[in-house]
Amino acid sequence: MAAPRRPKLAVWKFASCDGCQLSLLDCEDELLAVAGAVEIAYFLEATRAEVAGPYDLSLVEGSITTAHDAERIQKVRRRSRRLVTIGACATAGGIQALRNFKDVAEFTSVVYARPDYIETLRTSTPISSHVRVDFELHGCPINKYQLLEVISAFLHERRPNVPAHSVCVECKLKGNVCVMVAHGTPCLGPVTHAGCGALCPSYDRGCYGCFGPMETPDTIALSAWLARLGLPERDVQRIFRTFNTWAPEFRAESERHGN
Amino acid sequence: MATRTIKVDYLARVEGEGALKVTVRDGQVRAAELRIFEPPRFFEAFLRGRAYTEVPDITARICGICPVAYQTSSCRAMEDALGVSVEGQLRALRRMLYCGEWIESHTLHVYMLHAPDFLGCESAIELAREHPDIVQRGLQLKKAGNDLMVLIGGREVHPINVRVGGFYKAPRRRDLLAHAEHLKRARDAALETVRWVAGFDFPDCTRDYEFVSLREGAEYPITHGRIVSNRGLDIKVGAFDRHFEEQHVARSNALHAHIRARGAYLVGPLARYSLNFEQLSPLARQAAQEAGLGPVCTNPYQSILVRSIEVLYACDEALRLIEAYEEPDRPAVPLEPRAGTGHGCTEAPRGMLYHRYRLAADGTIEDACIVPPTSQNQPSIEDDLKSFIGDWLELDDEALRWRCEQTVRNYDPCISCATHFLRLEIDRG
Repeated sequence: MAAPRRPKLAVWKFASCDGCQLSLLDCEDELLAVAGAVEIAYFLEATRAEVAGPYDLSLVEGSITTAHDAERIQKVRRRSRRLVTIGACATAGGIQALRNFKDVAEFTSVVYARPDYIETLRTSTPISSHVRVDFELHGCPINKYQLLEVISAFLHERRPNVPAHSVCVECKLKGNVCVMVAHGTPCLGPVTHAGCGALCPSYDRGCYGCFGPMETPDTIALSAWLARLGLPERDVQRIFRTFNTWAPEFRAESERHGN
Repeated sequence: MATRTIKVDYLARVEGEGALKVTVRDGQVRAAELRIFEPPRFFEAFLRGRAYTEVPDITARICGICPVAYQTSSCRAMEDALGVSVEGQLRALRRMLYCGEWIESHTLHVYMLHAPDFLGCESAIELAREHPDIVQRGLQLKKAGNDLMVLIGGREVHPINVRVGGFYKAPRRRDLLAHAEHLKRARDAALETVRWVAGFDFPDCTRDYEFVSLREGAEYPITHGRIVSNRGLDIKVGAFDRHFEEQHVARSNALHAHIRARGAYLVGPLARYSLNFEQLSPLARQAAQEAGLGPVCTNPYQSILVRSIEVLYACDEALRLIEAYEEPDRPAVPLEPRAGTGHGCTEAPRGMLYHRYRLAADGTIEDACIVPPTSQNQPSIEDDLKSFIGDWLELDDEALRWRCEQTVRNYDPCISCATHFLRLEIDRG
């Protein structure tokens, strides 16, 4: 009797730092088990072997910043039964979406001597602006245990168990002292998606929002608190304009504090 | 005229997106081009207008594989601009965190990206089918590096505990001592790795490189030092711009770096090792000698062996630092913003990484310049291909293609880093 076919996993990269796909290779204790449960059919960072699609599960890292990539993501979608974005670039456009507020021609001339050699779009946009996405995993970088949960969930045809509440809840669960209440440290924890395990407050610093907005965040109320702590308008804008700057809730809040 | 073109459209087992094209005419290699099409992300442009305190978090996102290198170079450049220096146990903690990154990044490359080339496998996963124990050893060694980064930095990719002036929270001595037990096992695994890699079949290829690295007094260079070469260069980090220049070529979104008036040079493990052999720990030096390496290594295919020795050194060095560690009185040096320019250079796993920033009086960044190792090595990668491929033209296309890929992978190129960072004087001619 033929062995049951293992599901095919593909990992795709667009504009990114490679850190989220590295998270899969950072699962040192689980990697070989994953490689046993699925067929790693396309994963350039790890293997030169390529297995033709269609793929049962595609993990997509990175944002869309070139015309070529805008076409490529359409092909990836057509060849993927399920498509999951991994990380802030793929889910919200990444830090490179800071260009969306500026003139990209000026950006190119700052970095490159011959801007005419560079092909790039005016914006950096998330994958969901281009194709249908089955699930979005937040984080800059993603949490590798959540990645394993997502892979496992899709293999078993169930929704991933990834809570959408705030970092504040994680702090409470961990028993952390609130850095904002106790020390007056500006913190995005009240509006930021859980997933990191309240890492920054555990290290005596405020959350800087690398997991992006939680569901229905009250950013206006938080900004009022930040102002009361003495944070200047420019810094309130900066704190919302980092790795998830193009997520609609953070973008809108940043625009309330300047252009 | 017989023309043969070897193309690799998407290089595998490298970090980021690159392609390769080699043109052979009448049995002669005419051209070898590494094309980098990783899309630009414009870090140097959007750093303008940000606060000096934001650089470690922002520049970490240049590379998920070596974020600590970006964090440390950027912090050191800012501290230079602000006229402070971070010494004592805070300096030791930085070195310890960096050792974690060397272990993690080098082991990833040795076991998962490069060894499969020497053993004829497509990937480490294929290798694990034949040799599960070897791949498990590599994964556990890599994990020891990652765990050290988690302990000091909070997480392995984009650590959150690094700030200009030091850290947010210093680790407890007892937590580091608990990790030392894992590191001792990792050091044993690193020694076994050196012996394993020493048995690989290395093509007999050498080149006369100009090696460039930091030199950090009596210590093997990681976070501090002057920039030196084997052809007499010996300069302060702040003089980088006077001696190095970058060019923008059409085929690449990364810029090519050269030493003014001399041309291509090499950064990375081979250069560090050959310029600083005496600064390695006795254990690492002895392992190198047993593996058949002299104090200078000019064979790029042996870079995997040198990387293995640096992993052994990094385990040894982290253990030495943990042993001597005392919890500092405060986790960071206090800072006051002021106008000025600062330079910072540290040894990323792939080689020297230079940052320069100009600040306004309130600490806002006015100008940023970042020179990553892969763009410094890009001319040498192409020169290696041109020099070596001629001897292998009898191979069929698939075998030759694989050999070309292996030659590029000697450098552990990080294309995500190389792209989009180099900045030139603007040519408006």
